Amino acid sequence: MNAHLQPSGSAYFLAAETQVPERHTLSVLVDNEPGILARIVGLFAARGYNIDSLTVSETEHEKGLSRITVVTVATPKVLTQIKLQLERLIPVHRVHDLTSEGKSLERELALIKVGGSGEPRAEALRLADAFRAQIVDATTESFVFEVTGKPSKIDSFIALMVPLGLIEVVRTGLAAISRGPEGM
Amino acid sequence: MAEQMTGAEMVIQALVDNGVEHIFGYPGGAALPIYDAMFQQDKVQHILVRHEQGATHMAEGYARSTGKVGVVLVTSGPGATNAVTGLTDALMDSIPLVCITAQVPTTLIGSDAFQECDTVGITRSCTKHNYLVKNVNDLPRVMHEAFHIANSGRPGPVLVDIPKDVQFALGTYLGIDEIGPSRHKSYHPATAGDSKAIELAVDMMLKAERPIFYTGGGIINSGPEASEKLRELAELTGFPVTSTLMGLGAFPGSNPQWMGMLGMHGTYEANMAMHDCDLMINIGARFDDRITGRIDAFSPGSTRIHVDIDPSSIGKNVRTDLAIVGDSGLVMEEMVRIWRTKTNQPRTEAIAPWWEQIEGWRSKHSLGFKNSTTTIKPQHAIQRLYQATKGRDVYITTEVGQHQMWAAQHFPFEMPNRWMTSGGLGTMGYGLPAAVGVQVAHPDALVIDIAGEASVQMTMQELSTAVQYRLPIKVFILNNERMGMVRQWQDLLHGGRYAHSYSESLPDFVKLAEAYGGKGIRCSDPALLDAAIQEMLDYDGPVLFDCLVEKHENCLPMIPSGKPHNEMILPDFEDDIGAVIDEKGRQLV
Repeated sequence: MNAHLQPSGSAYFLAAETQVPERHTLSVLVDNEPGILARIVGLFAARGYNIDSLTVSETEHEKGLSRITVVTVATPKVLTQIKLQLERLIPVHRVHDLTSEGKSLERELALIKVGGSGEPRAEALRLADAFRAQIVDATTESFVFEVTGKPSKIDSFIALMVPLGLIEVVRTGLAAISRGPEGM
Repeated sequence: MAEQMTGAEMVIQALVDNGVEHIFGYPGGAALPIYDAMFQQDKVQHILVRHEQGATHMAEGYARSTGKVGVVLVTSGPGATNAVTGLTDALMDSIPLVCITAQVPTTLIGSDAFQECDTVGITRSCTKHNYLVKNVNDLPRVMHEAFHIANSGRPGPVLVDIPKDVQFALGTYLGIDEIGPSRHKSYHPATAGDSKAIELAVDMMLKAERPIFYTGGGIINSGPEASEKLRELAELTGFPVTSTLMGLGAFPGSNPQWMGMLGMHGTYEANMAMHDCDLMINIGARFDDRITGRIDAFSPGSTRIHVDIDPSSIGKNVRTDLAIVGDSGLVMEEMVRIWRTKTNQPRTEAIAPWWEQIEGWRSKHSLGFKNSTTTIKPQHAIQRLYQATKGRDVYITTEVGQHQMWAAQHFPFEMPNRWMTSGGLGTMGYGLPAAVGVQVAHPDALVIDIAGEASVQMTMQELSTAVQYRLPIKVFILNNERMGMVRQWQDLLHGGRYAHSYSESLPDFVKLAEAYGGKGIRCSDPALLDAAIQEMLDYDGPVLFDCLVEKHENCLPMIPSGKPHNEMILPDFEDDIGAVIDEKGRQLV
């Protein structure tokens, strides 16, 4: 495609967007102060960016820093804007696009409540073992499993639990970190 | 000198320490401790406004005409919400403001108390940064940081929300040098650009055959030295210069290399040159949609250099080939230095054919209009105002609409910081309070608000402020009894169905001026216009000038919605204006 005909968000642009949206994981290092999450979320809402998953927690208490992991779906051009717009926020130290920087680890935790008795209950236990899920609560009619791993692994486990008496699920959202010796 | 004082006293002390001489504000219950502290000092002068929106625009006019931070002080609840328009305006146009809002006591926050609102929540997206100060000992640091953030990097509004109990509380005040490093170690605005990139830019400039400087408000924000550097760079290179609405004054309107403003209502030569150039050097402008027109047909053959202090402006709307993140003044200084090491000649010969082409476009006289001996043409009125004030140090503010574009087209500037207008947000009602703010900063200068009769009524009450402080602003109203730009678009796009775009029951502006304690002048006869303008200029006090102009004059030239730069409507095509825009273009703004 002719580079001069790059599409744009301008009100004047009449042609359809031709870039393909991609899913990216961003790691954002911020000052842990009141309102910081609202600034991040407000920026995404105000500029029409997507949030697929969002994880926030303080990571370095002495320095007052929090790490925010955002999974977003956007075209490469918009991804660049998201990164630059995040960096404009005063309490934001750094933004890393873990997906485009290559090797990164992505993990999620889920708590999954499954009810039932008899053979389905036994099958759920066998599958939990195969997925290395922990039993963190049990009654005679139910289990709560704790499972960690890649989101795709959790998706598979939940899918298997549906016919066996899945009651409810809670997921933490994604935590991601780059591989290798370098920090953010 | 760590000193014990109340939060309210800290606010005043921090203003003094940050060099503030004037603030614009309006008191209220939650702000009373600060007002009491203000009452007991004489270093900071408070200008009492009539509406908090007025305070914000005054502070904008003050800031833009001086390069200093404009300061606003308002109360909680409605005081804060009324300030939102001006904060958004300042954010869009990168104007440094510090807005202090009072808040209900911390014990009442969240209880839906009287005059409580979530000020930091409401203003989060219309400020560069904002703070809610819950501990009095944080206040000195926050105040100093607010001034630093407002006026560094890409300038913008910063809001500090101070609950009433924090204003009363006793704490330790620390001066600017005593607070240590900023809480936000994350804030590192760009300064000098990358020398290698600048050298690359100069190399591109040395090879260009059809170059153009596309300059913007970033040069004004960088300070008067940046305007000097632009003049030097233009002289060194011999390249043509155009500017956005926000950048007018950075380059002298009388210079032969000046092509006039570009964009939707820019000159034919500036827009054609943007479309046909081989090298575009954007310094401190942001490829706004009013500038680019149709993006996929924008300047198809050009290589583009973009100098901007805000990295997120680069590549946001259009493709850029060479990005230089830095302060426009410093980058131009480096460009001048590097250019001098490579050559001592402008590229006069190499770009002679380009100038010839530009002269051809210029000969279309795209700002031309049919004058009249029976009715005052608005363009003519501005030209006469310009002639009557030529040679004086004059500051112009505007409202928003046709009159604003005509002022940009027909009132050339020689100096930066002389032109105050609402560009990004397009805020009707900006000009009159902005003029008040400019006049506060420059008590002896001539300050004129070129206004429309619709816009000016949005903040008309600030005339009372002008009278109170004996600020002799001149409000030159081009009265066509229409919201002229809306009416023009309805002609262009909606078959001339003038839905609510005409002004009925207009006030008698002469009597209105007199009611406020100012002077009113009315003129409808072109033959009497010069004398009436002179009467306005001679009067020592605020004047409302009701200039009755041609009602259905169109603001031309114009790039219609959905069209590229090379498809402008020139004054010659005016008769068929309704047929210019196609069905797709009608959907655009």
